[in-house]
Amino acid sequence: MPCVAEIVVVGAGPAGINAAERLCAHGHRVVLVDEGRQAGGQGYRRPSPGLDLDMAAVMGTEAGKYEALHARFARLLPQIDYRPQTLVWAVEDHVLHLVQAGVASTLRFDALVLATGAMDKIAPFPGWTLPGVFTLGGAQVALKDQGCLVGRRVAFVGSSPLLALAAAQYSKLGGKVVTIADTTPFVRKLAALPALALSPRALWRGLSYLGGAMLVGVPVLHGVTPVKVVGDGHVEALILRDRRGRERRFPCDAIALGYGLKPETQLAELAGATLRFDEAFRLWLPQCDADGRAAPGLYLAGDGAAIGGADAAEASGGLAALAVLADLGELVDEGGRLALRRRLARLRGFQKGLAKAFAWPVAQIRALPDEVMLCRCEEVRIGEIRQAMAQQLGPVEINRVKAMTRCGMGRCQGRVCGPALQEIVAGTAGIAGEQAGRLRAQAPVKPIALAVAGEAP
Amino acid sequence: MSRHAADVVIVGGGLIGVWTAFFLARRKQRVVLIDKGVVGAQSSGTNFGNLRLQGRFPGQYPLSLRSQSLWEEIAALIGEDCEFARTGHLYLAYDDEERAKLEGYAQVSESHGLAIERLGPSELRKRWPWLSERAVAATFSARDATANPRLVTPAVARAARALGVTIIENSCVSDVAHSGDGFSVKTADGAHWSCGALVNAAGAWAVAIAERFGETAPIVPAGPPQFVTEPFPYLIEPSIQAIDGSVIFRQIPRGNIILAGYPRTAADPVNNRAPVPPAKTLAAMRALARVAPILAQCHVIRVWSGIEGYLPDMIPVIGPSLTMPGLFHAFGFCGHGFQIGPGVGLCLSEMIVDGATSTPLEPFSIGRFRESVAVSEKFRKEFDGA
Repeated sequence: MPCVAEIVVVGAGPAGINAAERLCAHGHRVVLVDEGRQAGGQGYRRPSPGLDLDMAAVMGTEAGKYEALHARFARLLPQIDYRPQTLVWAVEDHVLHLVQAGVASTLRFDALVLATGAMDKIAPFPGWTLPGVFTLGGAQVALKDQGCLVGRRVAFVGSSPLLALAAAQYSKLGGKVVTIADTTPFVRKLAALPALALSPRALWRGLSYLGGAMLVGVPVLHGVTPVKVVGDGHVEALILRDRRGRERRFPCDAIALGYGLKPETQLAELAGATLRFDEAFRLWLPQCDADGRAAPGLYLAGDGAAIGGADAAEASGGLAALAVLADLGELVDEGGRLALRRRLARLRGFQKGLAKAFAWPVAQIRALPDEVMLCRCEEVRIGEIRQAMAQQLGPVEINRVKAMTRCGMGRCQGRVCGPALQEIVAGTAGIAGEQAGRLRAQAPVKPIALAVAGEAP
Repeated sequence: MSRHAADVVIVGGGLIGVWTAFFLARRKQRVVLIDKGVVGAQSSGTNFGNLRLQGRFPGQYPLSLRSQSLWEEIAALIGEDCEFARTGHLYLAYDDEERAKLEGYAQVSESHGLAIERLGPSELRKRWPWLSERAVAATFSARDATANPRLVTPAVARAARALGVTIIENSCVSDVAHSGDGFSVKTADGAHWSCGALVNAAGAWAVAIAERFGETAPIVPAGPPQFVTEPFPYLIEPSIQAIDGSVIFRQIPRGNIILAGYPRTAADPVNNRAPVPPAKTLAAMRALARVAPILAQCHVIRVWSGIEGYLPDMIPVIGPSLTMPGLFHAFGFCGHGFQIGPGVGLCLSEMIVDGATSTPLEPFSIGRFRESVAVSEKFRKEFDGA
């Protein structure tokens, strides 16, 4: 009798779609659960239905891949149990806990492929909570999903190749880019070039975005220090110090802030993955083998496993599916598997190079003044962390710091402030980032309304 | 191995341990407190934060009231108020049987001098119009209070340290033994203490110490699951508890609603884990929405728990060892140690320094476990061993 395995894929971006496609091709019934309203994930996000948006212009060089992925998903759809707008809020003993349309339910699985993607990695600076400051990814979502610009005159700040990419998208759709200001010095980017040469195509693409921005006269700065956002109730200007130490002011009505991406690892952690501190990304990342195996029955793919971008997500989704199939005892195409592994290793290696070229600003974060808001949800300032740690019997471990100060205790559960908190704790205690510990994931991984639990019996 | 001397060594830096250290230090004792982790990490730091007086075990009232007086002057005692607030506590009954139970509690409370207000359905709706109509009766005790458990234990520990107590964190006690006319306490990292008196306040881990001296208690390590919602406009002043044990909740001035759910969940003291199963999160959410339908769209943002020791009769062990003079036990607080913590610390300090305390503690003797102890209804109802 054929064994019918319950296979669940979480996340309908390029990784999840590839995994589901390959599993279906082997005759498996796949449940594809996604929090989004439409498939595509963040990078290949579709505009809201009824919105006429020139996605070819928005997607630029990636338009072909965007169209191809959505065409493949349309073909896949009739073969799978697709559950959009469904939140997975907990994992326990091979059962997923879901909320869909305001109702809680459960879903058992034998094999779970998590393709949960990534979110923006944010470093705070004075004024970053002022209305008009968006995360870089948020600025892109507004554009792709709603056809909206976050402002008319937008400053792109942080350290990421995506700053130039998003600026180019904004520019094409009529936004004025007032600056692309990167905190990493240019010499450091040059030093990372050998690693980046692993993927000349991606490198070229990044440079061409940068070139495009330069052509229209946008000041592109490297090695800046964000000083503050000024404005009365809303962003009016960005003030930064350039690499020569001169203070510069850029009048603007919106700021897009981003330091690259941060994998969404909460579900992987709850499902049993081991996390380790990665020095290049300065994040706690789930451990898995070359094909994505993280624990028995648990497979990780896409940016949620390791930042690699859309191409790596497709490859890792395919690999995770092959791992599921192999573990179910099915014959898989060994040559195809090796090719995918090589491709994935190259793309993720390139991203590791990018993490050096576009560095997380450790020194800048640790030097932030006390009055800077670190935790938006609970309104905790950096000074409160330092003060709590300085007192007798003060905490030196990040979960304890959270317990004493409320930092990371709010709605986002430290998903936004976590990486910066890690640096503040390590810097204040004078210990390595890893020794500061890791904010532990807890279910619900995102807030759930009381009503979803239903009526009491 | 380094060798040191102290008057008293306290094993366990929970609320009980730090309060005992504090009061002993005020009596000029040289005190060493040792914890395997950090102070207040387990249920002392993760409990609901209730300082409830109504509905307690009758034999505990002298201790409870003495403890509440200490809570009421906490800022003067230790220099921090730890968010102590006299919020009052409302007990809800859903039917006549529960109403009778409430009345029984109220009479016991009143016999110890506590003021209890009895409320019928119309008064309930008038004072808390958002309460569901299921509640048919309630009792309100205005002297009951709340405080922030995350802050209290470290704050008391700091005050104790300021009085000269040696506090050693992240150090495991590897051996305790009788030695001369006192005790010898060794830690895994090589410290060796000799002391005249030993306080066993090691919570869910306390039985191992008691057994070194030929005593035991049937402790069950468990974690009460706790939940908190996003901030909601402030409207719930008292802490509110359904007498059927389905839910207890309170709102902090910041707006978040803290709720504890039952049944409690078995914990793993070896790996230091007190998980909160998702099914219990949903059960607690249902129970809260049932009492306060206005909160239906309020979101739960976080859950937590911490390991605590429970005993089958749901009352703690407090008092001298019956096998070893100089050894004092205080553990197994069964989910209600927060309120009596300062009182227990004060009584233990009196027993150690003066040889006796004026507060009656006989019901809490470890000797009761020499015979089989009746399992309380509360224990049966509030655990599922899941």
